[in-house]
Amino acid sequence: MNSEILGIIAMYGIVLLLAIPLGRYIGKIFNYENTWLDKVFNPLDRLFFKIGGINPDREMTWKQHLMALLVINLFWFLLSMFVLTNMEWLPLNPDKNPSMSGDLAFNTSVSFVTNTNLQHYSGETGLSYLGQLTLMLWQFISAGCGMAICAMVFNAMKERTATSLGNFYSYFVRSCTRILLPLSTIVAVILVVNGTPMTFEGKDSITTLEGKEQLVSRGPVAAFVAIKQLGTNGGGFYGPNSAHPMENPNYLTNMVETISLFIIPIAMVFAFGYLLKRRKLALTIYGVMTAGFLMLLMTSVTSEMRGNPLIDRMGIAQSMGSMEGKEVRFGAAASANWATYTTCTSNGSVNAMHDSFTPIGGMAALLGMMVNCFYGGVGVGFLNFYIFMILAVFISGLMVGRTPEFLGKKIEAKEMKIAMIIALLHPLLILAGTAIASHVYTGNPEEYASWLANPGYHGFSEMLYEFTSSSANNGSGFEGLGDNTPFWNIACGIVMLMARYLPIIGPVAIAGILAAKKYVPESSGTLKTDTATFGFMAFAVIFIVAALSFFPALTLGPIAEYFSLYK
Amino acid sequence: MKNQNTTLFQPDLVKQALKQSFVKLNPASLVKNPVMFTVEIGTVIMLCVCAWILAGETSQGSFAYNFTIFLILLFTLLFANFAEAIAEARGKAQADSLRKTREETPARKIEMLGEIFKDEVKVVPSSTLKKGDVFICEPGDIIPMDGEIIEGLATIDESAITGESAPVIREAGGDKSSVTGGTKVLSDYIKVRVSTEPGESFLDKMIALVEGASRQKTPNEIALTILLAGFTLVFIIVCTTLQPFAAYANVTITIASFISLFVCLIPTTIGGLLSAIGIAGMDRALRANVITKSGKAVETAGDIDVLLLDKTGTITIGNRKATQFWPAEGVTREEFVKASVLSSVADETPEGKSILELAGVINPDYNVKGATFIKFTAETRSSGIDYEGNRIRKGAYDAIKNIVEKAGNNFSKAITQKVEEISGNGGTPLVVSENEKVLGVIELQDIIKTGIAERFERLRKMGVKTVMVTGDNPLTAKFIAEKAGVDDFIAEAKPEDKMNYIKAEQQQGKLVAMMGDGTNDAPALAQADVGVAMNSGTQAAKEAGNMVDLDNDPTKLIEIVEIGKQLLMTRGTLTTFSIANDVAKYFAIIPALFIMAIPSLQGLNIMRLHSPESAILSAVIFNAIIIPFLIPLALKGVAYKPIGASALLRRNLFIYGLGGVIVPFIGIKLIDMLVSVFF
Repeated sequence: MNSEILGIIAMYGIVLLLAIPLGRYIGKIFNYENTWLDKVFNPLDRLFFKIGGINPDREMTWKQHLMALLVINLFWFLLSMFVLTNMEWLPLNPDKNPSMSGDLAFNTSVSFVTNTNLQHYSGETGLSYLGQLTLMLWQFISAGCGMAICAMVFNAMKERTATSLGNFYSYFVRSCTRILLPLSTIVAVILVVNGTPMTFEGKDSITTLEGKEQLVSRGPVAAFVAIKQLGTNGGGFYGPNSAHPMENPNYLTNMVETISLFIIPIAMVFAFGYLLKRRKLALTIYGVMTAGFLMLLMTSVTSEMRGNPLIDRMGIAQSMGSMEGKEVRFGAAASANWATYTTCTSNGSVNAMHDSFTPIGGMAALLGMMVNCFYGGVGVGFLNFYIFMILAVFISGLMVGRTPEFLGKKIEAKEMKIAMIIALLHPLLILAGTAIASHVYTGNPEEYASWLANPGYHGFSEMLYEFTSSSANNGSGFEGLGDNTPFWNIACGIVMLMARYLPIIGPVAIAGILAAKKYVPESSGTLKTDTATFGFMAFAVIFIVAALSFFPALTLGPIAEYFSLYK
Repeated sequence: MKNQNTTLFQPDLVKQALKQSFVKLNPASLVKNPVMFTVEIGTVIMLCVCAWILAGETSQGSFAYNFTIFLILLFTLLFANFAEAIAEARGKAQADSLRKTREETPARKIEMLGEIFKDEVKVVPSSTLKKGDVFICEPGDIIPMDGEIIEGLATIDESAITGESAPVIREAGGDKSSVTGGTKVLSDYIKVRVSTEPGESFLDKMIALVEGASRQKTPNEIALTILLAGFTLVFIIVCTTLQPFAAYANVTITIASFISLFVCLIPTTIGGLLSAIGIAGMDRALRANVITKSGKAVETAGDIDVLLLDKTGTITIGNRKATQFWPAEGVTREEFVKASVLSSVADETPEGKSILELAGVINPDYNVKGATFIKFTAETRSSGIDYEGNRIRKGAYDAIKNIVEKAGNNFSKAITQKVEEISGNGGTPLVVSENEKVLGVIELQDIIKTGIAERFERLRKMGVKTVMVTGDNPLTAKFIAEKAGVDDFIAEAKPEDKMNYIKAEQQQGKLVAMMGDGTNDAPALAQADVGVAMNSGTQAAKEAGNMVDLDNDPTKLIEIVEIGKQLLMTRGTLTTFSIANDVAKYFAIIPALFIMAIPSLQGLNIMRLHSPESAILSAVIFNAIIIPFLIPLALKGVAYKPIGASALLRRNLFIYGLGGVIVPFIGIKLIDMLVSVFF
C-alpha cells in the first residue's frame, strides 16, 4: 500500500490506542477517583484553590456553572485586551514588535477566548513574547473551560434527579493541571527534541548560502504549539502555523501534532462512557462521529491525492497529488489528513494552505466545520453532539410510540426550544455573515477588491470559509481572504463570541433542566439510544440539519468550482 | 354503533370538509400552524407577483408559469386544510350520532319547591333540564339526560350508546347508579337526578374538543411544532441568504423560484397533517367507544408503564363459578347435591346461583316445608337453611369446621385434604354441613377469559407491566396471576391499596393507568395518569378519570394504550418522511436555480429533469399532492407492532426514512415527465 496512506492509518490507529486509556483517565479525574498522579497534583490544586479563595466542594447548579465560566472568561478577556494593546512597552519584547490596533486586539482576544484562534496577524511580527504567553495561557483556559463544562453535562446525565452538579472551578483546575498540562509537557518535549525553538531570546541571525544575513524569529514555540494542538485551539506561534518548519519540523513531529489535535476530543467520548457506565452508548456516539469523520477524510484525501485536472491537461505529471500550498515534507495525504482532523475538531491549526486545496478537499474541510461535532472541540464537540442527540431522540422516540425520553428523562417543549435555537444558530451565523459579506462585496467590487485573492466561486468559498471557521470556533482560514480589516475583524469577532457561548449555554441548560426532572427507569418499550439504529438516526439528523442547510451555499462555492474544473 | 363509518371518505363528510378547507384559509386560524402559515404568506406573494406581471413586469418569467406556482401553493394549503377538516368531520359525525339520540326527548320533570319535591310531574324538553333537576322514567322512556338514580331500580337498554344488546340493571345507591342520556328504560321505575349542566356532558365536551373550539395542543404536539418551526426557520435563513449569494455569482433568481424552494424545503407534509393526526387519535378512541376528556390523555396512554386491572370482569369472566361437587365419604352425590341446592336456594350471590346452575336445577322443588333461610353474616361466615328440624350450612372451611367440631363431631381428614387441594389450584372451597356433620365440598373456580394471556404477552412486549387487583387471598391471587400471565398482583385489595400502589409506581417515575367504576375508585382514578371510568360507574368516578368507556369493557385499556402509541408513531414517522423528502427536492430545485447562469452545474441535475421550470414545478407539485396521499395514513394511524422499541425504530426508519428519501426522487421524475409537455 501507498506509504502516504499507511501514514494516515497509523496516525488514526495510534490516536485510538491512546484515547481509550486516556478516556478512562479523564473519566476518573471528573469522577474524583484516585489516580497515581494524585500525589503531585493534590497539593498543586489545593494551592490554586487557596490563592483563588475557592471552596472546591461547593456544589453548583447549572446556572452557577455558567456564571463561573463567563466570569473567568470575561476577566481574562479584559486582561488580554490590555496586554495586546500595550505590548510595545511591556516586558518580554526583544524584537520590539508594536502593539495591536483596537479592532485587531478585539478580534484576537475574542478569537483566543473562544477557542477559535482565528489569526488576522502573524505571530513573529505581530506579538511580543508576553503577548504570545498571554495567548498561550488562553489556550489552556479556553480548553479547560470546555472540558469543565462538559464534565458538568456528564454529571447531569447520571441516572438520578439532581440540581447540584459539581463545582465548576474544581472541574476547571483538574482539566488544566491533570489533563492538559501533563500531555502538553510530553508533546512539547518531543517537539524540542526535534528542533522546535524554546527560548525567550530575540531573533537569531544566520548567513544563507547566498551569503546574505537573514534574521530568524524564535521564542517559546514548543510550549505554545503543544497546547495549541491538544486544546483544539489552533493558534500558531508563526503566521503559517504548523506549515512553518520551526513549528512542525518533520514527518515525526507532524504525526505527533496530528495525534495531539485529535486525542482529547475522542478521549472525551470514552470518558463519557466510563463516567456514566454507558460504554455502549459511548461506542454508538463514537461510531457516528467516526463514520462522519471517515467520509470527510476519504473525500479529502482522495481528492488531494488525485491532483488538479488543469495541471493534468497541461501534460504535467502529478505523482504526489495536488501539491499547491502543501509542504513537501508532509505530502498530499498527510496534509489532507491534517485538514480533516483540524476542521472536524474545531482546532484550526494548519500544516498546509486550505485555500489551495482542490474544490472537493476544501468542501470537506468546510463540511467538517459546518457539522462541528464529528469529535468536535475539547468538551464543546460533545455538547454540539448532545444537541443533535436530543433532536434525534425526539423524532425517533415518537417513531416508537412514546413521548421522547433520553437517559430516563422526558424531553419536552422547553428542551426542544433550546435545542432548536442552538441547531439554528450555526447556519444562521455562517449564512447571514456570508450573505452580508457577499452583499457588501457585490455592491462595490472595486473598493473591496483587496478582500478576495480569487474572485468567482473560489472567492465565495473564501468568505464562506471565514465565517464557517469563526462560527465553528475553528480558526483556520482560506488565507486568500484579506481579513485584517475592521469589517472582518469585528464581524468575525461577533460571530465567534455568539458561536462560542450560546452553544455552551444551550446544552448546559438542557442538561441542567433534564437533570432536575424525574428519572424514569427504562422499560422494553423505551427507545434504546445505544444501538446502531439510533446511531444511524443521529447521523441522519446531523446530515439533514447541518449539511443540508448549507447545500445551496456550497453549490455556489466549491461545487460550482468543481464542476467547472471537470466539465 | 361500533365500527360505523369505516370508510375513510364518506361523500357527505367530504363535502363538508371541502367547504371547511376554504374557510380555514383565514390567516387568523392558520397562524396557529407556523409551517402552513408561511406557505400562505408565500401564496399571497405569488398572487402579487402574478398581478405585477399582468401590470407589465417582465423579469419574473411568464404569467402562466407564475400563476401555476400560485395555484399549486394554494392547493397545498387546501390539501392541508382538507386533512384537518376531514378529521374533524369524521370525529364530529361520530360524536353527533351519539348525541342525536338524546336531543329533544321529553322529560318528566318533578317540580320542586325549594328543596321539597312537589307531587307534580311536568313534561318538559330535555334541553331545559339543569344540573340537580330530578325526573322520573318509566318503561319505554328514553332517559333524557345523564344522571344518577336516587330512587328505584330499572333494566336499561344501553345499545344506543354501547351497541351491546343485553339490557343492564341500574339501581340507586352503590356503584351502578349512573344512567346515560339516550338509553331506554325497559322495566321498572326510577327517579334520576341530573348530573350535568346542559352542553357539559362528556359527549358535549368531546365534540367541542374535536371541533377545535376548545382543542388545545398537547405538550408533545407543542414540542413537535417547535421542531417544525425550527426547521422552517432554518430554511427561511437558507432562502433569504441565497439572494446575496446569487447576486455575487451573477445569478438572478425569480421570486417564484425562491418561494418554491422554500415551500418545498419546509416540512409541509407533517405541518399540514399534524392537527389531523391529533384529531384522528381522539376519533379512534371514540370509535372504540371511549370518550376522552383531552387529547393529552390519549397521548399519555401511549406511554403507560403500569396497568392496573381488576381481576373480576377483566381477567376472569364475571364471578367465581361452582365447577365441582366433592361429597364426603359415606355421602351419596345426590344427597350432597340436594343439600347444596337447598342451602343456595335463597342465596342471591352469583356464587350461590352458580351452584344451582351446576346442579342443573332451575326451579328447585324439593318440597321443603317451614323453611327458614339463614343469611350470611360476617360473624358466622356461613349461610344456609333450616327446615323440618334439619340444619344445612354452607360456608368457608374454618367456619364450618368450627360448627362441626363444636358439636363434638369429627371433621373428616379427607375433606380437609380436598379443601387444601382446591385452594392450591386457585379455587375457592365451600364446605356444606347438615346437622353439624360434613357432607362435602363445593369447588368454585375463576374462569380466566380466553385469549387474555396473549393480550398480556402483547402488553409485555410493549413494555407495559400488568397488575391484577383482587380481593382474593394471596394464594388464590398468585395462582390466577400466574395462569393469566400478569406480572404482579395486589391481593386482598382495599381501595386505598390501589391508591398506594399507584403512588409507589409514580414515585419511581412510571406512568400508571387504571380502570374503575366505584366511588371509592375515584381517588385512585384521579391519581392515575390515565384513569378510565366505566360509563356504568358513579358520577364521582367519571369526574375523576380522564376517559369514560361507554362499553364498560375493562380490557379496553389495552386498546387505549395502542391508540396512544399509534398517535405518537404517526407523528414521528410522518415527520421523518417529510424531512427526508428534502434531499430529493434539493436535487430538483438547486440545479434548476443556477443552471442558466452556471451551465456546468448540469452535473448536479442527477434526475435529468427537463428544464428549470419543469423541475421547480415538479418539486412543488410533488410537495402538494403528497399531502392528500398521506391523509388516509394520518387518519388511520401507523400500525403498531409490539416488536420492541429498537426493531420498531428500524422498521419505521426503513419505511418512512429511506422511503422518504427515495419516493420523491421517483415522484418528481414522473411528474417532470408529465410537466415537460407544457414547460
